[in-house]
Amino acid sequence: MTDTTEKATLGATPATKVAAPAPAPRGARVWRLLTPWLFLLAPLALLITFTYAPIANMVAYSFTDWDGVSPELHYTGGENYEEIFTREDLFQVFFVSGYYLAASAVQIAAALYFATILSFNVRFRNFFKGVLFFPSLINSVAIAFVFLYFFQDGGTFDTVLGLFGYHTDHAWLGTPVSANVSLASVSVWRYMGMNFVLFLGAIQSIPGEVYEAAELDGANRWHQFRHIIAPGIKPVLTLTVILSVSGSLSAFEIPYIMTGGATGTETFVIQTVKLAFQFNKTGLASAAAVVLLLIILAVTWLQRRIVPDDRVDLV
Amino acid sequence: MTRRAVARTLVYLSLVLASLVVLLPLGVVFLTSLKTPEETAKGGGALTLPHDLLNFHNYVTAFQDGRMLAAFGNTAFILVVAIGGTVLIGSMTAYAIDRFTFRFRKLVLALFLVAALVPGVTTQVATFQIVHSFGMFDTRWAPIALYMGTDIVSIYIFLQFVRSIPTSLDEAARLDGANAFTIYRKVIFPLLKPAIATVVIVKGIAVYNDFYIPFLYMPSQDLGVISTSLFRFKGPYAAHWETISAGAVLVILPTLIVFLCLQRYVYNGFMKGASR
Repeated sequence: MTDTTEKATLGATPATKVAAPAPAPRGARVWRLLTPWLFLLAPLALLITFTYAPIANMVAYSFTDWDGVSPELHYTGGENYEEIFTREDLFQVFFVSGYYLAASAVQIAAALYFATILSFNVRFRNFFKGVLFFPSLINSVAIAFVFLYFFQDGGTFDTVLGLFGYHTDHAWLGTPVSANVSLASVSVWRYMGMNFVLFLGAIQSIPGEVYEAAELDGANRWHQFRHIIAPGIKPVLTLTVILSVSGSLSAFEIPYIMTGGATGTETFVIQTVKLAFQFNKTGLASAAAVVLLLIILAVTWLQRRIVPDDRVDLV
Repeated sequence: MTRRAVARTLVYLSLVLASLVVLLPLGVVFLTSLKTPEETAKGGGALTLPHDLLNFHNYVTAFQDGRMLAAFGNTAFILVVAIGGTVLIGSMTAYAIDRFTFRFRKLVLALFLVAALVPGVTTQVATFQIVHSFGMFDTRWAPIALYMGTDIVSIYIFLQFVRSIPTSLDEAARLDGANAFTIYRKVIFPLLKPAIATVVIVKGIAVYNDFYIPFLYMPSQDLGVISTSLFRFKGPYAAHWETISAGAVLVILPTLIVFLCLQRYVYNGFMKGASR
């Protein structure tokens, strides 16, 4: 009798697995309470040491003039924040982010296009899929070198243009606008495949019968895209847009390796790294990092508001 | 008929064009890596074929003078320890959060969830001080600790997977007298194999490709991983594109091999990793 009720409660509330069948002795009860914490000890210690402690310290540093080394530091109030938003050379990095934002738009459009056409029956589909995706797996230093050679004087790009009869001695990484456009194109080259594979996965999770039914109703490819594919990938699309925005703001590796931030290509993160580790302005760098963190959290919050998706619901 | 044919041609044309855009820069670097210094200095054009297609001299230079062998060793060590730790930590966290009810459970879960939103690049200014205070700066333990401690995505992947394992298995083991640790070790962990494969692939590629953390935390020459060692080619070989190209090819090649062998897992892994 008791046995069956026991099973019934277990089936109803699968979350309470440690519910003891009979009052256990004191020692065992303490042990049972401790068990989950023993599993969580190391993960929580790491999480707090390397994620939450830095955030707390960073916020604290951002109100000081600390240089990162000396034992002396002074409270300076909001001065660092004021400096970021009023000093023109510091504020400039936000305009550079504009190039990367524009590039993300191109990248998402291209990814959407290729995901759509490759979701239909196309010859050599796996080959094209692999080729388009592969750049997102490549080491960023290697990519930077590949494209330094691509854009250099008489490099790949000039040679290809020469094949079409267009000869130029324009230094692609030499002027701010062309350098930023070149760097942003490299980021499209690198990340398009990742977006593309995510879109393709979302499209392919739409059951095939839906398309068949649509085709019977006389829907053409555009109708299929407009009414079946577009709604199907909306969650992935919003996620991608948000990731692209925060990615554009925190662009670092490619521009740092290719130009080191020269000729007006300094991004927010390059600037922060330089402030902190070259000019020893830990206070100012922390303020910059706090600003970036707040922007990214705001953008993410906005996404969660727009698309309250179920996957977040892990509790 | 004709309109459809035109549309089809355009589709294939765009695909071929995109493939060329992807493959051309890589192909040229491969060709350059086989050229002699004289050939690249002459500037005969980036698309010309090297005279000797089997000239692997630049690879020897890259390996010996560029310390690529030591770099692969360092990367391998960090990769193995960091991934092993990530798998252990991620699966333990997932097990504790999913299989137990305890006080502050929701708080713990929220701590992990919120941490996933914090991009690592932003907090390095302050993380650096912490790593430094532990005396881990300029040792291989700095990247290892950071890769293990700040990886929330793998916890998500494990959490989703642990939920799909029926609790009746735990119950059966408990009736056989197994305690929580035995259940984790003998029941849950072996069943997590697909999740472990996903984490190993996603995390492995991320660690192999990471530049920022080793660059910041391991400035010594001896501690170069493949990213930072390749980065150092920029100085001494500034004008020697054939050596730089050989280094780049050396770094890309393992990725290509892994991708070709494990395609299906790679695609699946990234899909799971992204939809957190």
